[in-house]
Amino acid sequence: MTDPILKIDGVSKRFTRKPGPIVSGIDKLTGRNSTQTVHAVNDVTLSVARGEVLGIVGESGCGKSSMGRVVSGIYAPTEGTVTLEGKPVARDHRGNVEKLTTRVQMIHQDPFASLNPRMKVGEIIAEGPRIHGLIPAREVQERVRSLLEQVGLEGAYANRLPHQFSGGQRQRVAIARALAMQPDLLVLDEAVASLDVSIQAQVLNLFMKLRRELDLTALFISHDLSVVRHVCDRVAIMYLGRVVETAPADELYAKPLHPYTEALFGSVPTLGTGRARFHPIKGEIPSPINPPKGCAFHPRCPLAGPRCKAEVPRLVTPSDNRSVACHLQDGGTGTQTGATA
Amino acid sequence: MSAALEVKGLTTQFSTRKGAVTAVNDVSFSVQPGRILGLVGESGSGKSVTGFSIMGLIDEPGRIIGGQVMVQGADMRKMSTEEQRKMRGRAVSMVFQDPMMTLNPVLRVGDQMAMAVRVHDKVNKAAAWERAREALEIVGIPAPRERLQAYPHQLSGGMRQRVAIATALLHRPAVIIADEPTTALDVSIQGQILAEVRRLADDIGTAIVWVTHDLAVVSSLADDIAVMYAGRIVESGTAEQVIANPRHPYTRGLIDSVPGLHEPGQDLPQIPGSTPQLVNLPSGCPFRSRCPRATDICASFPHNTGTEAHSVLCHHPLEAT
Ligand SMILES: Nc1ncnc2c1ncn2[C@@H]1O[C@H](COP(=O)(O)OP(=O)(O)OP(=O)(O)O)[C@@H](O)[C@H]1O
Ligand SMILES: Nc1ncnc2c1ncn2[C@@H]1O[C@H](COP(=O)(O)OP(=O)(O)O)[C@@H](O)[C@H]1O
Ligand code: SF4
Ligand code: SF4
Ligand SMILES: [Mg+2]
Ligand SMILES: [Mg+2]
Repeated sequence: MTDPILKIDGVSKRFTRKPGPIVSGIDKLTGRNSTQTVHAVNDVTLSVARGEVLGIVGESGCGKSSMGRVVSGIYAPTEGTVTLEGKPVARDHRGNVEKLTTRVQMIHQDPFASLNPRMKVGEIIAEGPRIHGLIPAREVQERVRSLLEQVGLEGAYANRLPHQFSGGQRQRVAIARALAMQPDLLVLDEAVASLDVSIQAQVLNLFMKLRRELDLTALFISHDLSVVRHVCDRVAIMYLGRVVETAPADELYAKPLHPYTEALFGSVPTLGTGRARFHPIKGEIPSPINPPKGCAFHPRCPLAGPRCKAEVPRLVTPSDNRSVACHLQDGGTGTQTGATA
Repeated sequence: MSAALEVKGLTTQFSTRKGAVTAVNDVSFSVQPGRILGLVGESGSGKSVTGFSIMGLIDEPGRIIGGQVMVQGADMRKMSTEEQRKMRGRAVSMVFQDPMMTLNPVLRVGDQMAMAVRVHDKVNKAAAWERAREALEIVGIPAPRERLQAYPHQLSGGMRQRVAIATALLHRPAVIIADEPTTALDVSIQGQILAEVRRLADDIGTAIVWVTHDLAVVSSLADDIAVMYAGRIVESGTAEQVIANPRHPYTRGLIDSVPGLHEPGQDLPQIPGSTPQLVNLPSGCPFRSRCPRATDICASFPHNTGTEAHSVLCHHPLEAT
């Protein structure tokens, strides 16, 4: 890979959930401690090259959004560092608050919640560049116009309020607002998840067009495997806060190496003719409050052996551009038969 | 075999400040025992209102203004409110996207399911709990006896949805209407539920209407597919026919815009524009302003130009293959 522009190094993000007043009262009396720790992101190391789109995939609660927020500087990591072209973007874990970066822009799932309903769309787009002095005041209007056109909206829409737009159009506005900051990195968190398929296709096409025109670098967070395959160069699969596999998209879809990735692919219904046989993953996703010891996937893994319960698998690199965290790729599970019940 | 559910010409309107909205417009379909009909469409196309109309659950400002809803040959719309209430839960029941529409947060799962049993059947409490346990078992809930003791908030989202489906099953209804029940769930949990639902139809013979916006889900689950657009069913047929040989330009566009079918990185074929507002919908084909095949004649409303088995409401349908 060419020199990475974004480096995520050993990042963890933990949240503590304090008990409510009643339980903490009981705690005081009994000397117990009911404070819970959520391991949202657990020792993640990733890098992204300039112009690359890295997909982050996983089921609900696996830590995708938390990762995106750490990379955007919204959350400080509990451990580890995030650097963009060598400079830290995230606040570091000692609490040193760096100047919040404008170089990373995030686009969220809900185009309704992310736009101020009382501001005209033109003002929404111009706000960031104005505050940060990115463009001279007299050029603002022209810039807003060209951004709107770039995302496929009419320049005249600058005077409208967000509620006058459909969901797909609002997502275009959110993209224009992010681009206005001339970011080095875009973080898209389920950016098309709330859109209907026909509108989703429009927004995906827009994203691919902008990518070609602007050589965008992006983290593309999604639970939708076919969307990720379509727009991402490389994919990282997360499970319970950890990255369990990374690979170029085409190789990953052709041959997943991690048992969870394989099981996930097997669970997704695909558009085809004829009824499918479902091979769902058994069991439920465990809580990130007390993730299973060893490999977090072992209670659901058909290939788990004794080693999986005891030892966290390392991320190994079976080939140049792939990595996977599974004992099967790293000396075996202790026995090949030991599927847990 | 006679249909478990037959809907004919169902039409439901809402009166709004901007005028009348026909959310469901002359909708007809039927579902045989043991078959699953996938009712697909984008948001606002009228899927949920169709479900509520079948259940007789439309309230002001909404009104069913026409059509028949035959459940096992009996017309729900000709029944008194009391008779309809007796049908609900027993002959036809509904599962919602949010399981908390069905579940009561302050009651244990067993207590509320037992109550649901005893609404229609005068059995003692122990027998009602036993029926509840069986229903949980049918939907693949592990350790059902323990789950009966739980409160809804102690269960995961997927588990709650299974309890809601189990509750809908208590009286072995002939028909279940399921309105996007897996949309909010993770794919691994969705896969488990789809597998159980398929078994319900195959083993127990329940007729199921599976409402969803997800084409991939219906193509792998359903026997038949009906596509809704702006309150109308614009195309219907077997799942194979509709997916392999879509004849309505809207269905074609919808299938084409799914990313999984294309070379990665290529532009996706997209349907221009957005779904129409139902207030003041212009006459003629509602898809006209977005349709690549539209001609002048599309200003008049198209009738079925397909066959009875594979119907298409379009003046210029794509060729049958
Ligand atoms: N501010 C917070 N305080 C406490 N816990 C949090 C907070 N934000 C996230 N979490 C927890 O961290 C874990 C990971 O959450 P995150 O939002 O990153 O998941 P996700 O992968 O984005 O899921 P989804 O697909 O549902 O969006 C979850 O268990 C979540 O409940
Ligand atoms: N209570 C209501 N009052 C007015 N309009 C309604 C009401 N409920 C639904 N509608 C309208 O009916 C149409 C169909 O809605 P719905 O069946 O919920 O769509 P879907 O389930 O396909 O997303 C929409 O245009 C919606 O705005
Ligand atoms: S480490 Fe063991 S439990 Fe984890 S995925 Fe690999 S085989 Fe399965
Ligand atoms: S009737 Fe005309 S406008 Fe409507 S779908 Fe057919 S060709 Fe298109
Ligand atoms: Mg998220
Ligand atoms: Mg709905």
